[in-house]
Amino acid sequence: MDLITLLQLLDSTLRLATPLLLACLAGLYSERAGIFDIGLEGKMLAAAFLSAGVAYVTGNVWLGLLAGIGASLLLSAIHGLASITFRGNQLISGVAINFLAAGLTVVIAQSWFAQGGRTPQLSGGARFNPVTLPGAEALRDVPVLGPIYYELISGHTIIVYLGLIVVPITAWVLFSTRFGLRLRAVGENPAAVDTAGVSVVGMRFAAVAICGVLCGIAGAYLATALQAGFTKDMSAGRGYIALAALIFAKWRPVYCLWACLLFGFLQAIALRSDLIERVLQFNIQSQLLDALPYILTVVILAGFVGRAVPPRAGGEPYVKER
Amino acid sequence: MSIMHKLFGATAALALTAGAAAADPAIVFDLGGKFDKSFNESAFNGATRWAEETGGTFAEVELQSDAQREQALRRFAESGANPIVMAGFSFATPLGDIAGDYPDTKFVIIDAVVEAPNVKSVVFNEEQGSYLVGMMAAMASETGTVSFVGGMDIPLIRKFGCGYAQGAMAADPEVEVIANMTGTTPAAWNDPVKGTELVLAQKSQGSDVVFHAAGGTGVGVLQAAADNDMLGIGVDANQNYTHPGSVLTSMVKRVDNVVYDAFTAGEAVEPGIASLGLADDGVSAAMDEYNEELVTAEMMTAIEEATQQIIDGEIEVHDYMSDESCPSLSF
Repeated sequence: MDLITLLQLLDSTLRLATPLLLACLAGLYSERAGIFDIGLEGKMLAAAFLSAGVAYVTGNVWLGLLAGIGASLLLSAIHGLASITFRGNQLISGVAINFLAAGLTVVIAQSWFAQGGRTPQLSGGARFNPVTLPGAEALRDVPVLGPIYYELISGHTIIVYLGLIVVPITAWVLFSTRFGLRLRAVGENPAAVDTAGVSVVGMRFAAVAICGVLCGIAGAYLATALQAGFTKDMSAGRGYIALAALIFAKWRPVYCLWACLLFGFLQAIALRSDLIERVLQFNIQSQLLDALPYILTVVILAGFVGRAVPPRAGGEPYVKER
Repeated sequence: MSIMHKLFGATAALALTAGAAAADPAIVFDLGGKFDKSFNESAFNGATRWAEETGGTFAEVELQSDAQREQALRRFAESGANPIVMAGFSFATPLGDIAGDYPDTKFVIIDAVVEAPNVKSVVFNEEQGSYLVGMMAAMASETGTVSFVGGMDIPLIRKFGCGYAQGAMAADPEVEVIANMTGTTPAAWNDPVKGTELVLAQKSQGSDVVFHAAGGTGVGVLQAAADNDMLGIGVDANQNYTHPGSVLTSMVKRVDNVVYDAFTAGEAVEPGIASLGLADDGVSAAMDEYNEELVTAEMMTAIEEATQQIIDGEIEVHDYMSDESCPSLSF
């Protein structure tokens, strides 16, 4: 395997890992605060639809991105209302959001655009276009480093870089700020936080809102950067893979990056069965590669590779007095 | 137009609830939905054409899940709709189960064969149409590598890929054909992101012309081809207009004609198996103003010759579904 092929593979990995990463970090905030969220998939889908719809109508992808974040935030608010305010079951609320998004996006798209539950094709300023980083063209011919910079690091849409920057920011917020400490405490021992005079409900709503914003960006990335428009069910299970990645990463931000890159790499290599055959001298079924993220997660959950301990108060609504 | 649709919908609903519907025809769309710009939309267009020309009305339903297939068929049969057309191979099992319960109702199934005295099965020789677009792909390719993206990995889709590879090799024996399937579950019909990545992976292996048979995933395939200076080839319906100048042609299946003919025949639909190929205009390579600049005179002559030879039986295009194997391509 030569350098260029490897770079193409890693390039594809980065593209495929970005929506996973954003959704995974979204889940991280929510679950660290004690709110399990299997509605990542639905939020991404709703954001994908509204971002593409608004980007098409206004011709401005940034307005589309804002609208996508708005759609995702709205679903987050529903999830928060059901599971924080009314202390409903978080898993059921999440499933409901997934169903709601899968149905509503198609119905609304059909009624607005009458194109069979999809948005019209986006072009020009209504899409996130690849950005060439400064100096990429000039350094292109430098051996080894040139191609790496030009092929792999440069030439992605702005959201890819955004996703990568969110990782250290998340690590800093969670582990070095007062907000992060409280957020983690709310997920471990909400009663203690309450005793300290901090609003548990407020903290949890804040976490769920951050989750909504990140899911919104992930959805907008699918519809306006990777694709040029919304098609039904286009999130295609990425929200669930992000959840698997979150468990795989044991609820830690930097591990999330590696987990998502690994899962993205597995998806990318599944597309290049010829390479696997050339390197390993035998063929691996691409179905096996598609299933690997889930298998790995089960292995982790079973405790073979260190224990994955979820936040202790996760999944439980907080009741002030007993 | 949308008011028309609503009117049709309203009358259909009325007819259903009243249970009277004196032998209006009915159509059941598959999970892709009737505006999929492809197979189902083509069926819908046939039904609409019939309604516009005759002033008749028809009942229709779009399924939301596999579990609704039998229910939808029974509802239509009990409300007296006749004939009932269903678009999609997935109806084969439920239809086989219920056809005997409604001996007076005629059923038409597209893309699958159900043996029953009141069922007409219509299948297409997709391999023949795929052969033609395969020839065009090989002739248009500058790199000598062409590729195929399938949706869900089922024999019907392999049939497209197999015919395509055989056609490409007929036009250029040196050509290399890459084939990928999107997945093994129905989600593979609606994953444009993966479609795009597959095209990019194929491009990095040298391909510059890509043919898709992947439903909604194909939206991503054609988009990626247009974005990366490649040529795409559409499927089922004429998709040339989606990216003018970047879609070489489309392998068209005239599903609309099947629906139109069935509706026109009404209760007199003749049960049996019909196999539509190039000879019956059932499949073809689409030519229109959007792709005329891409298609050379040389290509036109080649596919016209090949069409004639296939009709005359001089060229035999291998049908994957006949023996579940493909001599020109390994999946």
